[in-house]
Amino acid sequence: MAPEAPERERAVAFTLNGESVRCRAPVRTHLGDLLRDAFGLTGVHLGCEHGVCGACTVLVDGRAVRACLMLGVQADGTVVETVEGLTESGSIRDLQDAFHARNALQCGYCTPGMLVTAAELLAEGGVPERAAIRDAIAGNYCRCTGYHAIVDAIATTAEARHAAGRDAAE
Amino acid sequence: MSADASGLTFLDRPNSYIGRSVPRPNARRLLEGRGVYVDDVPAARLGHVAFLRSPHAHARLLSVETAEAKGMPGVLAVVTGAELAAICTPWVGVLGHFKGLRSAPQHALAIDRVTWVGEPFCAVVARSRAEAEDALAAIAVEFDPLPAVVDMETALDPGTPPIHAELGDNLAFERSLDVGDVDAAFRDAALVVEETFQFGRHTGVCLEPRAILADWAAADGLLTVHHSFQAPHMMQDILCKHLALPEGAVRVICKDVGGSFGIKVHIYPDEMATCALALMLKRPVKFVADRLESFQSDIHARDHRVTARMAFSAEGDILALDMDDLTGIGPYSVYPRTSAVEANQVVNLTGGPYRHRHYRARARVVLQNKAPTCQYRAVGHPIATMVAEGLVDLGASRLGLDPLAMRERNVIPDDAYPCAGVSGIKLEKLSHQAALAKLKAMMGYDALRAEQASLRAQGIHRGIGLAAFIEITNPSAAFYGVGGARISSQDGCTIRLDPQGGVVAAISVTEQGQGTEGIIAQIVATAVGVPMEKVRVISGDTQATPYGGGTWASRGAGIGGEAAWQAGKALRANVVAVAGAILQADPASLDLRDGAVVDAESGTERMPLSELGRIVYFRSDTLPPGVQPEFVATRHYVPKDYPFAFTNGVQASYVEVDVQTGFVRLLKHWCVEDCGTVLNPLLVDEQIRGGIVQGIGGALFEHCLYDAEGQLLNGSMADYLVPMAGEMPDIEVAHVVSPTTSSEIGAKGAGEAGTAGAPAAVVNAINDALRPLDARVSRQPVTPEVVLEALGLV
Repeated sequence: MAPEAPERERAVAFTLNGESVRCRAPVRTHLGDLLRDAFGLTGVHLGCEHGVCGACTVLVDGRAVRACLMLGVQADGTVVETVEGLTESGSIRDLQDAFHARNALQCGYCTPGMLVTAAELLAEGGVPERAAIRDAIAGNYCRCTGYHAIVDAIATTAEARHAAGRDAAE
Repeated sequence: MSADASGLTFLDRPNSYIGRSVPRPNARRLLEGRGVYVDDVPAARLGHVAFLRSPHAHARLLSVETAEAKGMPGVLAVVTGAELAAICTPWVGVLGHFKGLRSAPQHALAIDRVTWVGEPFCAVVARSRAEAEDALAAIAVEFDPLPAVVDMETALDPGTPPIHAELGDNLAFERSLDVGDVDAAFRDAALVVEETFQFGRHTGVCLEPRAILADWAAADGLLTVHHSFQAPHMMQDILCKHLALPEGAVRVICKDVGGSFGIKVHIYPDEMATCALALMLKRPVKFVADRLESFQSDIHARDHRVTARMAFSAEGDILALDMDDLTGIGPYSVYPRTSAVEANQVVNLTGGPYRHRHYRARARVVLQNKAPTCQYRAVGHPIATMVAEGLVDLGASRLGLDPLAMRERNVIPDDAYPCAGVSGIKLEKLSHQAALAKLKAMMGYDALRAEQASLRAQGIHRGIGLAAFIEITNPSAAFYGVGGARISSQDGCTIRLDPQGGVVAAISVTEQGQGTEGIIAQIVATAVGVPMEKVRVISGDTQATPYGGGTWASRGAGIGGEAAWQAGKALRANVVAVAGAILQADPASLDLRDGAVVDAESGTERMPLSELGRIVYFRSDTLPPGVQPEFVATRHYVPKDYPFAFTNGVQASYVEVDVQTGFVRLLKHWCVEDCGTVLNPLLVDEQIRGGIVQGIGGALFEHCLYDAEGQLLNGSMADYLVPMAGEMPDIEVAHVVSPTTSSEIGAKGAGEAGTAGAPAAVVNAINDALRPLDARVSRQPVTPEVVLEALGLV
């Protein structure tokens, strides 16, 4: 009797940037490739594909996750947000403005992952110290800026949200 | 910075954007995840290529069996080196002005022999990258391992076999320089210090790996190449040459590029192979390096060992410098810029800030079975700066002089320019004295020394390190062209005025995040006289921009910017002439400001550009007789007065060394540099900061480690350490402004200054901290292990 053929694809359904989506995902495809290839979300950047550089960071159920370390099929039933979704919802508009004004990006390849990581930090509320900001983004590699401007932009955003009373964590 | 017909310099034109911290217009799309990097470019019928790479540092290829792989799911083609060589000719990375430089022919895919771990020798094209990689595993290869030349120190030994038999030995290039009477200077010196410095191999680690998508449209006779690259016209020329295509048959597009730093300005075998495969298969083929491939096959840099000594008078004058540099460049000199440049720069630059007149240097460039090395950000500068600044600190310490005072005493005075440096380099205008004075004030030098001393008494080991440096920018044809390389040193800008008053500027320098398009928009808006939001900039497309060199060697702003300035002025003159004819006014009495034709004297608006555009484009029947408007202007620029525009600067680092663990904590970093006219402080400062952190990476963390057999031991980002936010200090930046007079905008380059000086500043700071313990480090990266070795603890 021939051995059973290995399962190569599986149906997945999840919420992606506010929309219900479904697709057949190759079981060996990581979430980053799935988001790029099946849904055209090319803002998800692949830098190392072994979980170190942070370029592919997305939010899964509100937590920052490396899309290269999670299989696409594991997204089944979750809520996934990428930089495209966060942009459309306007939830990080102030952060993006601060990055722009401070020139906290150069080539832009780390930027989506950096923004997602910073968004998670900012969602905790309060005004973090510079060292705490550096610690929070220590898993996101940026070759261009030297980080100083990124820390400035995140700090500026945190201060502005706090001053406006928009930093509550609830 | 000359005044133009309007009587105004660009800094005081009414709508000048020069010198202002204007955010980059093209950064918005990157912030919204809407960048288009090569891997984001859609293509129908796309084939993905994966390469089989050598697992040996050196081996003969006895057989490559591809039959099984060809039958694997999704596979479109499996191609060996011999098959690819039928359509892609080999190259040799030598240039005429590096006399004696030798290398061997290099193929896109190795044919008989592999010469480093990671060299590609067989390609699989499949419908997906995963299927291509599946098929790689089904290729059977027989190797005959050969002795590997790994250690550069023994590469020239008589018993070491030559990597390329036809060359006879492993010496690729040697350069010697002997100026003044070095022996006499050392003989008469009050003090001679000597040190051997080692500089580990490291690499660029661009976050976007190298990537290329080539599409051969046979019906159009056009090969369109989307490339993560810095020099599209150079790539076009080289593809034409090696794929036997006419110039018009190749279009290279470099849109968003995810970091480059010199990594993406060289010819890579796998990228040439990808283009050849597109021709062969008559369909688009894409290659995106994965991270392991990046570590194995991106160019590496540094890997120098320098033994040097410096002679001093009793008062602390530097009298002479004598050095010997040995560097290993891998098995081939990289095409087309060659791998001799870094050593050559070390010879040209070492001790460059100082006024000694006796200098001897020898550089030897040897072949070895490791990844090829070539030009990477600040080529040679970090080595040259470390050698001189390390010796200056050693001299100051032995003579009991303050390191900052030592530099103040020895730099070429600011009023001595123009002059020549001891190596023969021509220096137009540098500002070492002003930079040192500014740095001293900015960092609160004296207070910091006091703090250091009081903490030392408490057993806390802090150090202050300084590094004065010079940087090569704005290269003329002297850099590559004179040696026969078809690398353009001139650049051009074409500016067009559209009917509504919009302006489109096509520029041949390229953008990899520096802000090239931003500063071009600033310059064009200022020169033409329109609001910046009216300007669109096109770059990175051989079919759409004037011919030019692209962006490398800190040339984008100084060379591309001047071309844009001249083109903008020419367009303004054209526009004002037509407006004068329509308004029956002397063109000399008119100007163009903020998008309107105005009376030059009073500033009163005479006609908005939209009205002028309406008449010129849609009602040319109403133009006065004989008026033919030319609302497009093109200008080119290349520096002619000097081969290079040298810049200068000084950096300082403040560190704390844990003498139990060897860990170095970076507390603060400062830089004062002089890039001439600062077009956009926001962009220049971030170039400096980013460059500093890249330099710190090489100083403390980054190292491509090979074992004795030539195996790369750390080809992942988990094992190869790069600077991350948590370890990096805040960085203060300031400027001295000495514009070059060889252009009207007066801008010199700023892209490499940070990387040039940071390692020396940090290493000198570590040694300053270790001085009371009678310990010194001189091997980069300065890992905790290196510190503990210096302390005799391991």
